[in-house]
Amino acid sequence: MSDLPDLPYIADKPAPRESVDALRARIPGWGVDLDPADRPAVPREQHAPEGTGAHWDFPDRQPELSPRERSIEHSMLTPVFGTVAPLRGVSGAVRRYAYRYSEARAAHWLLLIAGDRIDSVGSHVKSFATLRPDNPLTETGLLAEFRYQGLRSRIGRRRVDGYHAWLDPIIVAGPWVVAGIVTVKLAGKLLSAARR
Amino acid sequence: MRAMVYRGPYKIRIEEKDIPRIEHPNDAIVRVTKAAICGSDLHLYHGLMPDTRVGTTFGHEFIGIVHEVGPSVEKLAVGDRVMVPFNIFCGSCFFCARGLFSNCHNVNPNATAVGGIYGYSHTSGGYDGGQAEFVRVPFADVGPSVIPDGLDDEDALLMTDALATGYFGAQLGDIHEGDTVVVFGAGPVGLYAAKSSWFMGAGRVIVVDHLEYRLAKAREFAHAETYNFAEHDDIVVTMKRATDHLGADVVIDAVGAEADGNLVQHVTAAKLKLQGGSPIALNWAIDSVRKGGTVSVMGAYGPIFSAVKFGDAMNKGLTLRMNQCPAKRQWPRLLEHVRNGHLKPSDIVTHRIPLEEIAEGYHLFSSKLDGCIKTIITTDAA
Repeated sequence: MSDLPDLPYIADKPAPRESVDALRARIPGWGVDLDPADRPAVPREQHAPEGTGAHWDFPDRQPELSPRERSIEHSMLTPVFGTVAPLRGVSGAVRRYAYRYSEARAAHWLLLIAGDRIDSVGSHVKSFATLRPDNPLTETGLLAEFRYQGLRSRIGRRRVDGYHAWLDPIIVAGPWVVAGIVTVKLAGKLLSAARR
Repeated sequence: MRAMVYRGPYKIRIEEKDIPRIEHPNDAIVRVTKAAICGSDLHLYHGLMPDTRVGTTFGHEFIGIVHEVGPSVEKLAVGDRVMVPFNIFCGSCFFCARGLFSNCHNVNPNATAVGGIYGYSHTSGGYDGGQAEFVRVPFADVGPSVIPDGLDDEDALLMTDALATGYFGAQLGDIHEGDTVVVFGAGPVGLYAAKSSWFMGAGRVIVVDHLEYRLAKAREFAHAETYNFAEHDDIVVTMKRATDHLGADVVIDAVGAEADGNLVQHVTAAKLKLQGGSPIALNWAIDSVRKGGTVSVMGAYGPIFSAVKFGDAMNKGLTLRMNQCPAKRQWPRLLEHVRNGHLKPSDIVTHRIPLEEIAEGYHLFSSKLDGCIKTIITTDAA
């Protein structure tokens, strides 16, 4: 029967590479959760409302001190919600508009991402009017490159992220460089227009 | 108080913020003693998660000491040392009543597809996280637990997400005795998933990554066979050859949105944000598992579309299982395993840094410098 092909072209299961005894001896805790029915995630829906610690049928409602945006797939504002970073400014308007669309719509998520970018650029620009402007050197943690062996961690390691690592500075600094060039060009045009 | 604050993609800093206040009768305020940076925090840090607002504080893995409790809190008292699951959940909605704590419907007004998570954008409810000196903990009678005597702080911290998630990932694989399990990703969740697969009776556990130092940890900590996909022309073919051309019975995706290994997928997803996540590991999982097998997805992805190979999944008759881990549901069993010496969670911790240096901590973890696997943040308030 030696002309039979190998797995999986025949019905047999692969032979175990190690016996159960060998696995038990080698791996601490091997098989302690062997019974699939006796695992914490089984059954998936484990109806046991009495064991959660909740002592209410429906929680008290957290006061809504300022209007709180919500998904239109919710029929009401949830009784508890986060209150950090409420909507504000242009990014807030974009995000508020995003919440007119359901979570099923790409428009919802793409507008939220647009709001995120407006928020981060706007906050960065505004920081220059404060006593603590954004500092790209400290806030990106770049100093870790020196402290935590940046070069040695990469060179000769065959890391696949090396193929695109060069993109990171462009993604982080690129928009600022472009914005700077555009600003300088615009200023130049305004100046020359004023001279005429 | 001092807190990590998001300033935009790749930029964070420490700022002074007000100590959070009780906003709901069942809130507690916890003074954070230890927090961790999670791989999924990097998705926020890189600007991949929609509605991540400037000024928010990240951090969904933390432990601490109860500083203040709301008037309806019965089970916790000021001074209790607590571990807090990364999920915020009410304990009483349709989903919580069925044990789906990570899918709670009463805590996240911003989305119905995801429950509440500390410090994980407004898409996850708009709560601040624990990479700070203090944090608001909603539903204090439901989420947190007093840390049992004898449980080390770092071990307790790792139960709040990474360990519970890895263990949950192995469970969703529905592993049977003798099964071959492949885990993509040798980060904290992948290491714990590989280790947990043995608990469920796996006959072989294989871990795949491109970082040699992490694969070394997978061999040592999780007793796994390892493959460096950077050394193989096509890792799916390699996995087939390694499994008698049958494919693995179970494959666990422990990578998620920023998976590497395919330049186009990575750049369009992680750099240009044109996908909700880079599904390289997920696609490799679909192609590496045997027909009729199970793929367990523990890697986190964003809410917009990703280019996933559903045709192969359908044609192969796969079972795809996934969820954010309901962390607290795993704790009793995990505590047994730690007590019995089957597992020492903190064995994977590589860096411990003060809160003040968290920007460097993120860069260190994001860029995988200095053999970084898991970074723990400590606060002076501790």
